Amino acid sequence: MMLRNAAGRRAVATAATAVSLALALTACSGTTKDSEDTGGAKAGSSAKADPDAPLKKGLKLGFLPKQINNPYEKIVDEAGIAAAKEYGGTGKEVGPSDANASSQVSYINTLIQQRQDAILIAANDPNAVCGPLKQAMKKDIKVVAYDSDTAKDCRQLFINQASSEEIGRSLVQHLGEQIGYKGKVAILSATQNATNQNTWIEYMKEELKLPKYKDMKLVKVAYGDDADQKSFQQTQGLMQAYPDLKGIISPTTVGIAAAARYLSDSSYKGKVVLNGLGTPNQMRKYVKDGTVEQFSLWNPEELGYLGSYAAAALASGQITGAEGEKFEAGKLGEYTVGKDGEVILGEPTVFDSKNIDTFDF
Amino acid sequence: MTTAPDTKTASAPRAVTKPSLVRALALRWDTAVGVLLVAVLVVGLGTTEGFGSTENLAFAFNDIAEVALIALPMTLLVVAGQVDLSVASMLGLGSALTGALWEAGWAFETIVPVVLLVGVAGGLLNGWLVTKVGLPSLAVTIGTLALYRGLASVALGSDAVTDFPQVYADWAVDTTTVPGTFLTYPVLLFVVLAAVTAVVLHATGLGRSLFAIGAQEEAAYFAGIRVKRIKLLLFVVTGLFSAFAGVVFTLRYGSARADNGLGFEMLVIASVLLGGIDFDGGKGTLFGAVAGVLLIGLLKNLLTLNDIANEVQVIVTGLLLVASVLTPRVVAAVVERRHRRAANTPAPQQ
Repeated sequence: MMLRNAAGRRAVATAATAVSLALALTACSGTTKDSEDTGGAKAGSSAKADPDAPLKKGLKLGFLPKQINNPYEKIVDEAGIAAAKEYGGTGKEVGPSDANASSQVSYINTLIQQRQDAILIAANDPNAVCGPLKQAMKKDIKVVAYDSDTAKDCRQLFINQASSEEIGRSLVQHLGEQIGYKGKVAILSATQNATNQNTWIEYMKEELKLPKYKDMKLVKVAYGDDADQKSFQQTQGLMQAYPDLKGIISPTTVGIAAAARYLSDSSYKGKVVLNGLGTPNQMRKYVKDGTVEQFSLWNPEELGYLGSYAAAALASGQITGAEGEKFEAGKLGEYTVGKDGEVILGEPTVFDSKNIDTFDF
Repeated sequence: MTTAPDTKTASAPRAVTKPSLVRALALRWDTAVGVLLVAVLVVGLGTTEGFGSTENLAFAFNDIAEVALIALPMTLLVVAGQVDLSVASMLGLGSALTGALWEAGWAFETIVPVVLLVGVAGGLLNGWLVTKVGLPSLAVTIGTLALYRGLASVALGSDAVTDFPQVYADWAVDTTTVPGTFLTYPVLLFVVLAAVTAVVLHATGLGRSLFAIGAQEEAAYFAGIRVKRIKLLLFVVTGLFSAFAGVVFTLRYGSARADNGLGFEMLVIASVLLGGIDFDGGKGTLFGAVAGVLLIGLLKNLLTLNDIANEVQVIVTGLLLVASVLTPRVVAAVVERRHRRAANTPAPQQ
């Protein structure tokens, strides 16, 4: 016993000394943020674009949504897969069941091993997916981000639903009109790191700085993590904390539906204006029962369709992702690659009681 | 030394009727997991294109590097009848701190020891609450699970810090392998640490003490084992490994975040239990735990490569886990009954 304890104590002492030595040694100098130049070579291919190249037959596309059971992303991906059939390719959707930063990574590896021609990804975290995506591009697998961008050097194209600025600003403009530019407002977002949500929120804040919104005050940005129950609870929490809240903007389809569900069953129904981004099928009920007056969204089917054609154009060598290149996206017509490889789908559609029945998605 | 009871033989099924080697091996769950692991490898190599590529194997193993690293001290803890649910939160705290300090302009070489010290401090708090205040480890670490994750959010908020120095980032990624092998550096580190842990658990007095504490804490105490000190040490080592896993995770994904490794504690504990470490303490081998970790990792990789939905993967893991807890008990019960019948036949009393 004695011997062992003495030995144990010695070991602890040695370890302690080692740690403090290491600390002392390393504290003097080292690699800091400033000393480091992030020299990541651009992984994009150097091949020349051939605008006249035909779309290749038999292309294999892998769609990787933020999470597999998100109804909105399912619509996007299914439309993309259907588009692939149009040009003689095949598509499939794989992905994690949670929207954690890291959970998409193993799926990217999988798509690489399965030798897909292109990976289409809606990134949960712009950087966590970067390593494997760069590896994919090195193996000449094309990478197209849609819906939620990755870091710019980790993909060739980003298919943006609508210009982020337009989405953010228009949501505030709509809500402002609805509440007479007066009162407390809150935002119910998805996860704290969702790239697209955060960009829109930035533009919402920008818009709110304009003089006409001087009586509108953003009191809180809540996060429902794109989980129905959590978004529901967050809405409940918002109303408890700010009983005189006038409006909520929820720029996420899961969030707005959960918030509408809470409001429709509460005494706040009709008193709090809810706006944001939702799908007609999810929101139809709440538009009809008067909980929600209007909301907007781009057409997710067109988003998936465009992404699919863009990936095919890349994989066929029609474009490389450079600014100014043009490609045909089937029935949607011609698109041009913008700055930083961004392709913008178009303007968001506003849904209300007048037009909602003409949409089914 | 000799005072520590050798619980491994004490708890093994007594007087097996036909003690052949094959039979002894077949009765051990950890051996079964090892066989299962080999089976998954063989099936994967035979059926799935890309599974056997160096690149994929490097990825598959590296993908569970953090879980594997934390599973080592967790094995020791569970053998000693304890558990630490705060490991994933400590990973998150380690990651968030790495990010926050890097953002603040600290040298990376300074950040790592500081993060490790925070891990030690977290482990000390867990250990202190368990040994000095006398609370059950499950309750304590449920509390610190929330506490450490909360601190992580305070440290970094909802930000994600990126752009870590290339030289360190390259160390952790899947594409950098030890020349000539498919082992990545975090995995290599795991192999070394697993060997050390195996020696500690199975070939030292400290290891025997852990089994003794797990089997019968009071008996171990009266046998002269410094129960509290050892438990404290275990929690400290677990905190240290978890914080270090936080650094590895951060570098591997190039993204420091407070919510990194959310839910990993379950994966770690599941792997350890799958490897045949008895949750009641006192039983198990490090070989089993390592096999359990690798099995979960490889199986996940193989299922994903075959486009098996995540939900199904969760079910498969769950079934394996239930089997791992159930099988040894069923086997023990069967052996016990046969043994009793054998003992009863010559002299039927009633």
